[in-house]
Amino acid sequence: MEKFGYAQSQKFDTYASRLMPRQEYFTMGHRACQGCGEALAVRWVTKAIGKDAIIAHATGCMEIVSSGMPQTAWMHPWIHVAFENTAAVASGIETGLKILERKGKLAGPMPKVVAMGGDGGTSDIGLQALSGAMERGHNFTYVCWDNEAYMNTGIQRSSSTPYGAMTTTSPPGKKSIGQSTWKKNMVHIAVAHGIPYVATASPSYIFDLYFKVRKALETPGPAYIHVLSVCPTGWRSATDMSVRLGRLAVETGIFPLYEVVDGRYRLTVEVPKMRPVRDYLKLQGRFRHLRDPEINLIQRHTEANYKLLLEKCQAPFPEFPPMFPPEEPELVAGA
Amino acid sequence: MAKKTAAAKRVGMEVSIAVSYAVQLARAEAIAAYPITPQTHIVEHLSSLVANGELDAEFVNVESEHSAISTCIGMSAAGARTYTATSSQGLALMNEILYIVSAMRFPIVMTVANRALSAPLSIWNDHSDIMGARDIGWIQVFVENGQEAFDHSVMAFKIAENHEVLLPIIVNLDGFILSHVVEALEMVDQATVDKFLPPYVPLHRLDPRNPVTMGAFALPEIYTEVKMNHQVTLTKSYDHILKVWDEWGKLTGRQYHPVERYRTEDAKILLLIMGSLAEVAEIAVDEMRDQGLPVGLLKLRMWRPFPFKDLRDAVNGAELLIVCDRALSLGGVGGPVMSEVRSALYPMAQKPATLGYIIGLGGRDVNPGNIKDIVARAQQEASQGPQEEFHLYGVRG
Repeated sequence: MEKFGYAQSQKFDTYASRLMPRQEYFTMGHRACQGCGEALAVRWVTKAIGKDAIIAHATGCMEIVSSGMPQTAWMHPWIHVAFENTAAVASGIETGLKILERKGKLAGPMPKVVAMGGDGGTSDIGLQALSGAMERGHNFTYVCWDNEAYMNTGIQRSSSTPYGAMTTTSPPGKKSIGQSTWKKNMVHIAVAHGIPYVATASPSYIFDLYFKVRKALETPGPAYIHVLSVCPTGWRSATDMSVRLGRLAVETGIFPLYEVVDGRYRLTVEVPKMRPVRDYLKLQGRFRHLRDPEINLIQRHTEANYKLLLEKCQAPFPEFPPMFPPEEPELVAGA
Repeated sequence: MAKKTAAAKRVGMEVSIAVSYAVQLARAEAIAAYPITPQTHIVEHLSSLVANGELDAEFVNVESEHSAISTCIGMSAAGARTYTATSSQGLALMNEILYIVSAMRFPIVMTVANRALSAPLSIWNDHSDIMGARDIGWIQVFVENGQEAFDHSVMAFKIAENHEVLLPIIVNLDGFILSHVVEALEMVDQATVDKFLPPYVPLHRLDPRNPVTMGAFALPEIYTEVKMNHQVTLTKSYDHILKVWDEWGKLTGRQYHPVERYRTEDAKILLLIMGSLAEVAEIAVDEMRDQGLPVGLLKLRMWRPFPFKDLRDAVNGAELLIVCDRALSLGGVGGPVMSEVRSALYPMAQKPATLGYIIGLGGRDVNPGNIKDIVARAQQEASQGPQEEFHLYGVRG
């Protein structure tokens, strides 16, 4: 482990489990793959949610591994209806609770309402329902587990799959470099709805994740948290590297950790000196076919996006890694 | 308005408005809906009742019918009395979730103002929409006029919420022909409805004090048993439906049956029709009876659960049964109702010849003369033996 230079996130070394709630809400015995970053994220997010909450979950990995009748891994009251409608179901729960409370039919405190779904269930098929729920201003928190493809059905590409990644429906070949489009920015879409709280988070930064979830729950109105969930099965990465990959995604600027409170951006994990994206890509089999030109393209794209984000955060630029090999001359139109 | 109306007083009212008053009298607590013609007047009026404080409920304007029914699931799972309404494309968009509502046993009440399906786009009435949702596992009834629409909208909540039933209900009423017609009907006052319909007590709901997992997936070892459970519950709901209809009958004097009969005594020829077209058929039957033709009319009110016994009893003694469908099962036997009726009668030793006529698609007008013409053609066909699987009555070209 490097002792200096990279992200301040090295402070994860100070992580102490006794500082976090002991109560488990996502229990042992579920069927998630070895090294699943998403299961790790669910465990910590549900701890942050606490007891008085109701969870609506979309169809997907986490639903399938955790709720095979007659078993359940969920200690919360939990409902799964379908793939694309989780935000609508959560809207209904929040509305139902509201009228019951008004009529005095609700005993105990008003439960928090949390919706959860994967990147496909959020940024593809569930985008309309989520947009509607955010626009209507329901008091709920939506958590997206982003493992960057349809892993549950066998690693098919989604709009959240990063450029160049190999999936079973974006295979690299003689005429393809893999995923040919750039990852859809769900956070910007959420921010565009003018909702009071939006954040990115990662189970590799547990304190950061924990407090963002608390903040989202305590904010009245809709809140959206986008959690990068490392998937060893789909990313073709070693199962003991999931937490490391989560950190590398932040340290390379590929998945910066920030929050947007009432439209104001703030970087929550600062990276004074960026790692090259190559460090992140080389640990994953899904990027194995990429050569220097593509990696450089990803590097440039990542840097450009990161600078745009820092401008929004009004934060100083960090030191970026040098290009290797040197950047190719740009093509002149018509040449 | 409804509150001030004394019991048994007749008032003139658009049927959609009457349905919304029924939902108000039932004290629905949570409503999610999306605009679609011709259901809109119902939810427009409900939203104004909520806005004026006349109905203490939450009204959510969702962004699609898919989200409407999904939001209703959330509302019902939270423990609220839930209502929605839709038509045609809206019902089709809901389709995926409709199966889930019934299998997860949420007692949601929905009005479907029946309308043709696209393409070509048509806003007018037929039964294509609901016939596409035949197997969704809901209780489904059809109404003939505004009074029935009002009555069944109130009764639906009581049937659905019974802990022995806990199934969603669709009340089908013909779009425009019923939904937009102004009719004189008898309202029931709030005190009577309150006595008839107690507040909703959910059997299971999402509650942190008693956490449950809803919507777990099933392996092959259990899926069939879950379906059997649903099937048995839906079939058995028949008894509870009749009990509620009897109670309403005693309360209001309006008694409903799974298969309604009109002038069926000694009838050798029977017509079977669902929905508002039955009123047109009554006129035709009267005229044919005057001419000495032994014609009667059956109105199939209960579509799911299918009233096998009532239907077999009702056709007993008839020689010819003419089923008039308002939908076309393309590439198949023609009308879905005819198909089911013929299949239901098949085990009978003495059964009438069953012929299918499809009429009134996409809002095409059907008058008593058409009904009489169908009877004449069917008689001829029955004597010569059926020439075709079904007839698309009145089609050109």
